[in-house]
Amino acid sequence: MLRVEHLSYEVSEDRRNREIVKDVSFTVGDGEMLVITGPNGGGKSTIAKLLMGLEEASDGRIFLDDQELTNLNVNERAQAGIGFAFQQPPAFKGMTVERYLGLAAGEPLPEKECCRLLSGVGLCAKEYLGREVDATLSGGERKRIEIATVLAKPHKLCIFDEPEAGIDLWSFATLVEQFEKIHKEKKESLILISHQERIIRMADRIMVVRDGQIESIGSNEEMIPRLFLDEPGCTCLEEKGEDGCGTGFRNE
Amino acid sequence: MAVELDSVTNDVLKVIDSEGFKQEGAYNLRSNGTPLCHGDTKNIKIKRKEDRPGIDVYISGETQGEQVHIPVVITVPGINDVVYNDFYVEDGADVTIVAGCGIHNAGCDESRHDGIHAFHIGKNATVRYEEKHYGTGGGTGEKILNPVTQIYLGEGSVFYLDTAQIGGVDSTKRQTFVELGINARLQATERLLTHDDQTADSDIQVEMLGEGSSAQIISRSVAKGNSRQTFHPRAVGKALCHAHIQCDSIIMDKAHVCSIPEIDAEHLDAAIIHEAAIGRINNEQLLKLRTFGMTEEEAEAVIIENFLN
Repeated sequence: MLRVEHLSYEVSEDRRNREIVKDVSFTVGDGEMLVITGPNGGGKSTIAKLLMGLEEASDGRIFLDDQELTNLNVNERAQAGIGFAFQQPPAFKGMTVERYLGLAAGEPLPEKECCRLLSGVGLCAKEYLGREVDATLSGGERKRIEIATVLAKPHKLCIFDEPEAGIDLWSFATLVEQFEKIHKEKKESLILISHQERIIRMADRIMVVRDGQIESIGSNEEMIPRLFLDEPGCTCLEEKGEDGCGTGFRNE
Repeated sequence: MAVELDSVTNDVLKVIDSEGFKQEGAYNLRSNGTPLCHGDTKNIKIKRKEDRPGIDVYISGETQGEQVHIPVVITVPGINDVVYNDFYVEDGADVTIVAGCGIHNAGCDESRHDGIHAFHIGKNATVRYEEKHYGTGGGTGEKILNPVTQIYLGEGSVFYLDTAQIGGVDSTKRQTFVELGINARLQATERLLTHDDQTADSDIQVEMLGEGSSAQIISRSVAKGNSRQTFHPRAVGKALCHAHIQCDSIIMDKAHVCSIPEIDAEHLDAAIIHEAAIGRINNEQLLKLRTFGMTEEEAEAVIIENFLN
């Protein structure tokens, strides 16, 4: 179980401190899927980065099972059992996809296992194993490989920062199936930062973050009616306006 | 009967000859400035030069998929070894030449090797040339390697030039000159790692003389410590041809990297492109690998290893 207590993060801008994340507390149970959603710039990705240790919290505490992670660095948190997929994964010149997946797994992987991971994110493995994880891959291809790196070994908690961003519709369907499969197995806790209705609807619990704070959090049953309007494809975080449509955000 | 080699020589050979040096097939081992042992095959003959140090290697057109190993090892401090090796490759041959030089310097005097190699390639031949340079030993004497490589490529031939300096060399001045005939192709890959106060200069000049000739030059380097690197690849198009130069360097610590790609077209149908980039290791790359559980140092080593691979 992940337990986050009074997490805050502030940056200094023009000699003034600005709070990006304000006193955020929540839990994620074993095998539970929590989707964090909310408007752009609200602090969702920052919360994810604070959990992984990519940013240093100004205040608050983080626990994974009985272990306190608050003062651990990125690699120590990875060793404690957290996996993280970046929203914009970096390129690695000279690094083959096969080698990259092996590094993610902590040991070289047999070709068959690499193929399983890549096909799980909608890539044809034979075309990709020998290719470099560099600018010759499209953003969408790198993104799918990024997700595969997190799936390359078991974790206690996997965090995916906007896994749908940059991924085409066909691959997105495969990706959703992959998340559904992981979720069904209930072996790993999942945190997904997402704006996508299909992903949000998969969640056990949904947390809406706005202006660095938790605006609302609740079960799927509680939150779905509050988030989605009747219009297909329209996602709303606020009450309907006079025109009947929400003033929140729309699916990408 | 095979010559018995000491452990230092064997250790150096393991590093510079990735294919594994054996006293079998076509080979010539030069050790501490003198030829130590050599072997011929039916298709590949190696003859010692009579007018100056070095060998002539004759590769017949019947050669298909054979290897020639010609490593140089220096283990005695204070040696200044200059060697001239000429390769004559007949039409249609397909050969891999594994060269390389390793200096183990445990003394305080400078050890130096200048290898001057000339390749005369006939028509429709395929040559893969691998050259690895390496310095080791705990002495204060400098380890210096100054290779000169001249390649004359005949019609329809292909030359894969793969050079690597994998550390420990205090100073290197590499000069490469290539002439390409009609439909000839060069694929050159240079990998370089410098550290401490080492210096490395590399000049590559490729002249595309024949119609349909092409060249790709890829240089990847990592400069650490106070080391200095200068690259000057130059592609000259004198016919309908195309070439691509790509220089990428990772700079670390207080190193200095200078990359000067030059393209020169003397024909309307010459298409030549260059790219050059120098930059530090991206923090996002380090963080990503650290999410795999690596320390920052481990992540940095992995990035460098793969970049130079």
